[in-house]
Amino acid sequence: MPAATARSFLQVAATEEVAPPLRVVQIEGLVILKIIKHCKDHSPSLVTGQLLGLDVGSVLEVTNCFPFPMREEDEEIEADGANYQLEMMRCLREVNVDNNTVGWYQSTLLGSFQTVELIETFMNYQENIRRCVCIIYDPSRSDQGVLALKALKLSDSFMELYRSNNFTGEKLREKNLSWVDIFEEIPIKVSNSALISAFMTELEPDTPVTQCDYDRLQLSTSSLMERNMEFLIECMDDLSLEQQKFQFYYRSLSRQQAQQQAWLQKRRAENMARKAAGEEPLPEEDPSNPVFKPLPEPSRLESFLITNQISNYCNQINGVSGQSFNRLYLMKALHED
Amino acid sequence: MAASDRTVLQFSSSSSSSSASLSAKVHPLVVFNICDCYVRRPDQADRVIGTLLGSVLPDGTVDIRNSYAVPHNESIEQVALDIEYQHNMLLSHQKVNPKEIIVGWYSTGLGVTGGSALIHEFYSREVQNPIHLTVDTGFTNGAGTIKAYVSNNLSLGERQIAAQFQEIPLDLRMVEAERIGFDMLKATAVDKIPSDLEGMEASMQHLLVLIDDIYKYVDDVVEGRVPPDNKIGKHISDAVGSLPKVSPSVFDKLVNDSLQDHLLLLYLSSITRTQLSLAEKLNTAAQIL
Repeated sequence: MPAATARSFLQVAATEEVAPPLRVVQIEGLVILKIIKHCKDHSPSLVTGQLLGLDVGSVLEVTNCFPFPMREEDEEIEADGANYQLEMMRCLREVNVDNNTVGWYQSTLLGSFQTVELIETFMNYQENIRRCVCIIYDPSRSDQGVLALKALKLSDSFMELYRSNNFTGEKLREKNLSWVDIFEEIPIKVSNSALISAFMTELEPDTPVTQCDYDRLQLSTSSLMERNMEFLIECMDDLSLEQQKFQFYYRSLSRQQAQQQAWLQKRRAENMARKAAGEEPLPEEDPSNPVFKPLPEPSRLESFLITNQISNYCNQINGVSGQSFNRLYLMKALHED
Repeated sequence: MAASDRTVLQFSSSSSSSSASLSAKVHPLVVFNICDCYVRRPDQADRVIGTLLGSVLPDGTVDIRNSYAVPHNESIEQVALDIEYQHNMLLSHQKVNPKEIIVGWYSTGLGVTGGSALIHEFYSREVQNPIHLTVDTGFTNGAGTIKAYVSNNLSLGERQIAAQFQEIPLDLRMVEAERIGFDMLKATAVDKIPSDLEGMEASMQHLLVLIDDIYKYVDDVVEGRVPPDNKIGKHISDAVGSLPKVSPSVFDKLVNDSLQDHLLLLYLSSITRTQLSLAEKLNTAAQIL
């Protein structure tokens, strides 16, 4: 009697819904090269492209990608963009490339990618695809010999909050959500097919030192640090603007409360007088009075995003400084002889 | 019987003089693309054919930067290439990169076959003097050979009989692949992308290996174990001489100043982070009663 051990079809279909959480993004070397080429060719302007691949269990495999053409802000070009995408997908399908969109990639300038547009694009993609990821590539940092590639995803709790479009302090405290929780970074694994691995092994040059090493051991990082600091300072200015907005809100809120109290006192005094005169007491609340109008609380989304950006810049500064320390000590040791 | 009509097999001289100076440079992306298309080819196809995109540099070298596969049908008698697909993909690619033009075509497999001549003729209608790249994915001869050819037309008198594929020098130095690191592109699976400090460590180890090698070589020469080579000696003395000659105190001051600058930046970034966490607490923890 296999009924006891075997699960009914209904049970299997029901348990299918639970998707394992995304744990790692597996990228092919081909995709990395394509992304780098596209971003570098068009730098300093920022470019985007589509990622194609497969969604397998807790691993998201990215097997191919294609770039998007630069789009001018023109209404009729919108249809062109959609046509281009369909055309590319169709052509790639004919050569057996995975036809499944799993996300998009974009280039960034020194890590300034946390914007509202990113979140909106995520929400757009999330409606159609169950799991999507955004890969951020920074071509300016790659000149330092670091492969600045990151895979990002919006955290689920943040997505629910965004859908309800409610960013007040209470909600956030309720969910225990802080600015760290908006984006989740997913570790990247690189995989290559055996054929390409054979070719690369063959084509590897014999010198033990590669271009990568030359880039890393360069002593001049001042331009990179300067730009980082500039961006950091601008972001701090933005943050202080947001802080001022909050201050203004709190001040007006407390002023409104004081007004409310004063009005309530007046009402109570009136009521006492009326009671003494034997008339009906007036209600203690009056929703039509402008004093009681609830003030809208400013959304904290902007400040969270700015905070994210600032912390990114700080991390980068730390990284570059660490490298510079290494180089300086190396120089010192070299000179000692 | 050939005594009366003495026709001479002539190489059309114009194309051979231009192709003598022609050479090609391949970017690693092209090799990756070709291998990927080969792995994904339909079961009945033996080889993969596709278009090469790139540009011609001012000194005459052909720079091959990108490629895409084109579906085709091949049998003993004929070869059919999906021309419309080729054209569509070309238009799509040019929307992104208008500077990349067709510079030739590729096929997998060793050597040039009969069908290739027809395809080459098709491509020579699209661009003048196309380059034919063969990538040996079958690894015959125990090596993956990548070769580039241009074709010359052999004509007997007035009639064209054949096309001769002449090999041209190919530059396979993969500078971009080196930038990323061959470790990542070589292995079939890499667990994570190395962070800043790990990469620094690897570079320093490479440098150490180089310095050790030079040390050993100089020791060997001094002891007489290895005959001295003047060129290498000159290089070494150039390298050592390129260290700037500054007095120790000036050098120390330079290094210390740099160190102080970096420490200042680190301090600044730590302060900023403290400020951030404070600001966040103030923003969300405030309770209005």
